[in-house]
Amino acid sequence: MELVLDRWLHILAGITWIGLLYYFNFVQVPGLGQAKADGTAAGITKHIAPRALLWFRWAAAATWITGAYYLIRFPGHSFMDAFTLQGGSAYIGIGAWLGTIMLFNVWVLIWPNQKKVLGIVGASDEEKAKAGRVALLASRTNTMLSIPMLFFMITGTQAHGAGIFG
Amino acid sequence: MKNPLDSIWGTIISGLVLTVILYVFASGFLTT
Repeated sequence: MELVLDRWLHILAGITWIGLLYYFNFVQVPGLGQAKADGTAAGITKHIAPRALLWFRWAAAATWITGAYYLIRFPGHSFMDAFTLQGGSAYIGIGAWLGTIMLFNVWVLIWPNQKKVLGIVGASDEEKAKAGRVALLASRTNTMLSIPMLFFMITGTQAHGAGIFG
Repeated sequence: MKNPLDSIWGTIISGLVLTVILYVFASGFLTT
């Protein structure tokens, strides 16, 4: 029961995280470009983006923690085996590595740079422009990584039974 | 050369290509 609850929370947090990641990349960034052109960007940068980033970064943390707990506790999986790509945890380990890189990008690259872009911390116009570029590329990198990450997450737990991997 | 991550479709296609590369790696090189 404990692992069912953990897996449920992992998926709920993961949907929140990746859903907001796709919102940023597919909706907010292109929309913000148009909003800046007609002078309506403040509503997004002041009221929407900070709230979305709050849920985004904490959902990322919750997803990683509940995923790590699952690897530690689930019979047949091992946290160490996953991250060293060994045994039955090897395939989900690729997903775990991709998710870990994505978590790093969220907390070390996206959030600190978005704080400068949104004016939550002080920054010059030049620093804001540089921070925006770093945050965008980190966010796009995460969108790219989410595609194989989800593939290995959904196939990794039943790789043998499904016969997906040679 | 343009960075593929500058466009949404470039990002998605890069993700699909990376999925294939990692699948080939996992199928051919990982021992379970």
